[in-house]
Amino acid sequence: MVDVEVDNLTKRFGDFCAVNALSFGVEHGEVFGLLGPNGAGKSTLIRMLTTLVPPTAGTARINGFDIVRAANDVRSCIGVIPQAMTSDLDLSATENMSIFAKLYGIPRDKRRRTILELLEAVDLAPWADKPVKMFSGGMRRRLEIARGLVHEPRIFFLDEPTTGLDPVSRVAVWEMLSRLKRERDLTILVTTHYMDEADKLCDRIAIIDHGKLVALDSPLKLKASIPGKNILEVSFAEVPEGWMETVRALPEVADVRADDHVFRISSHNGPRTTVELMEAARQAGIAVVSLSVQSTTLDDVFVHYTGHQLRDALQSAAKYNTDFMYQQR
Amino acid sequence: MNRIWAIIERDLRRFRRSPTLVIVSMIMPLVQLVVLGNAFGGKVKNIEVGVVDQDRGVPAVKLKEMFQAVAANARTFETIAYSDQASAVRDLRDGKINGVLNIPPHFSRTLLAGANPHVALIEDNTDQFVSATLEGTLTQLLGPYNQRALRPRLSAAATLSVVEIYPYVPYIQYLLPGTIVLAIFVSAMIGGGIIFIDDKARGLHEGYLVTPIRKFELIMGFTLAGAAKAIIAGTVLVTCGSLIAGIPDPLNPLRLARMLLLVVATALALISMMFLLMVRVSDPLVPRAIFGVLNTVLFFPSGAVYPVNAFPPWMKAMAVVDPFTYAVHGFKELVLKNTGLAAIGVDLVVLMGFTIATMGAATVLFRRTL
Repeated sequence: MVDVEVDNLTKRFGDFCAVNALSFGVEHGEVFGLLGPNGAGKSTLIRMLTTLVPPTAGTARINGFDIVRAANDVRSCIGVIPQAMTSDLDLSATENMSIFAKLYGIPRDKRRRTILELLEAVDLAPWADKPVKMFSGGMRRRLEIARGLVHEPRIFFLDEPTTGLDPVSRVAVWEMLSRLKRERDLTILVTTHYMDEADKLCDRIAIIDHGKLVALDSPLKLKASIPGKNILEVSFAEVPEGWMETVRALPEVADVRADDHVFRISSHNGPRTTVELMEAARQAGIAVVSLSVQSTTLDDVFVHYTGHQLRDALQSAAKYNTDFMYQQR
Repeated sequence: MNRIWAIIERDLRRFRRSPTLVIVSMIMPLVQLVVLGNAFGGKVKNIEVGVVDQDRGVPAVKLKEMFQAVAANARTFETIAYSDQASAVRDLRDGKINGVLNIPPHFSRTLLAGANPHVALIEDNTDQFVSATLEGTLTQLLGPYNQRALRPRLSAAATLSVVEIYPYVPYIQYLLPGTIVLAIFVSAMIGGGIIFIDDKARGLHEGYLVTPIRKFELIMGFTLAGAAKAIIAGTVLVTCGSLIAGIPDPLNPLRLARMLLLVVATALALISMMFLLMVRVSDPLVPRAIFGVLNTVLFFPSGAVYPVNAFPPWMKAMAVVDPFTYAVHGFKELVLKNTGLAAIGVDLVVLMGFTIATMGAATVLFRRTL
């Protein structure tokens, strides 16, 4: 069953098109990752799907409900973890959850049981009655995840749930999400900056750039879809004229990019290209300073489809993302 | 209904953990009550007056003696003798003295001849309170001075008898009603303005918006939560303020009950007004920036510190649309006159009407999306 159907969804802010006619579907039980640089439109897309921002054009159905016409039905079946951590620092974990349970209209007897179960599930039971201001960033994020599940949603939206967390907390959050997904039969839509996380945890990944969908598939297929299976990074002592063409002509080479003395070579067969390259360098009398051979990563996929790395993202568009909120972490 | 309670509960729990809001909103009006209440309304004393006697006749000496008697007893002013007018006026211009009383040459001769001589009062009129006191005292002084030793056999002058129906009201008590309203306003400004927008900017409202809560429930929740805190501030001011200002029988339960009713009506009116002003604001600087302006345009035209009758027409018009005016009027009736509900009926109706109108407008303007 398709839990999320997005059909030509568009959002414009004045002249700026944050989300440009996006269409895709998310199956029930999938972990669906949205990748893209800042200002690519990921957060705007999530905000439209969670009924926070009305679309300019197009439609989307969540669990069969239209995000505009049946917004309250959508809200009842989704759990949302926004980018900013929004738990009340002065209240305890239980109080924070209890207030949200009431907002979702959970009856009193069920409320207490669900809260205890969820705090147990995110390993916060020992601190249930401690004020949230005593929690670390990772603990607060886990509390928010528990809070988002208090009404037993079917579909879970997370906007950069691990940004700002240390590596250990990131792993803990992801492990928790994987377990919760299995136990609670959830569909998860998540945006993230971390390619390694997306690679390991997402069933399918959509790469969004300038509001458009540029690629959508499983991480494995995405990696297989770009030219070259291996990436060779070679640093030469000197680069004579015509060396670029020589490298390009080597067997199995798919693509070559150079930055001064450092060459980045995509190859269909890493070992063979490596042997041939070393031979060519020996014959030409060029010293190889360093050489490394890597498998294709999602970073390569991302660079291939968007033409730039995450850190190169333009900031100009980001104001549409953030003018409403400043982040408190 | 449960959802409205959830918003109120969240707000009140936060408030209980850090009650800075209400404490701050009560301290400012209380300090104002004590300082302003004692700064204004006291009698002006020790004005320095230079006396130049260019006549030196017996009637002039008699006038000076009466003048010195006031200086010695009431201490409204102190006299300093000058031999010539020029040096006295120089000292007046230099700010060393506040006024110069000049008894001209031939004063006695003119008086004894049955004509009307003049005594000049040259005053520093930059301070109206000082100059008005000086003029008033001297005018009063000339009354008995002019009374002839031998009275005509028949006198038919009309006199005014004043009957005061309430005990004497010191300025601090006059100020109390405005102070109570100010405490409610400051609490509404912090709770309904600053904290509301900070929560919005921190993304806290985003948490509400993704739940199936209805627009009406959200607005009611925000309003009632803000009003609850403003009511706490108002109630504390009603009791503590009455004790500080020395209102007779300050803890009379009937009066306190009526005051509480007015506190609730005022809190709801001011919170809904604040909510209307902030409904489309998302920048946390905005409520902080307008705090001072709003305080001035609401508090001073209301008649809290000076009677509305003395205002120019444009300010009277402001007073008519200012919810403070009705709240202050209501509290004046209850605090200073201990009246029943009939005397504040109009105030209550206007405040409730204002609440409904501003809440209605805020509900129309409120967006359930970001």
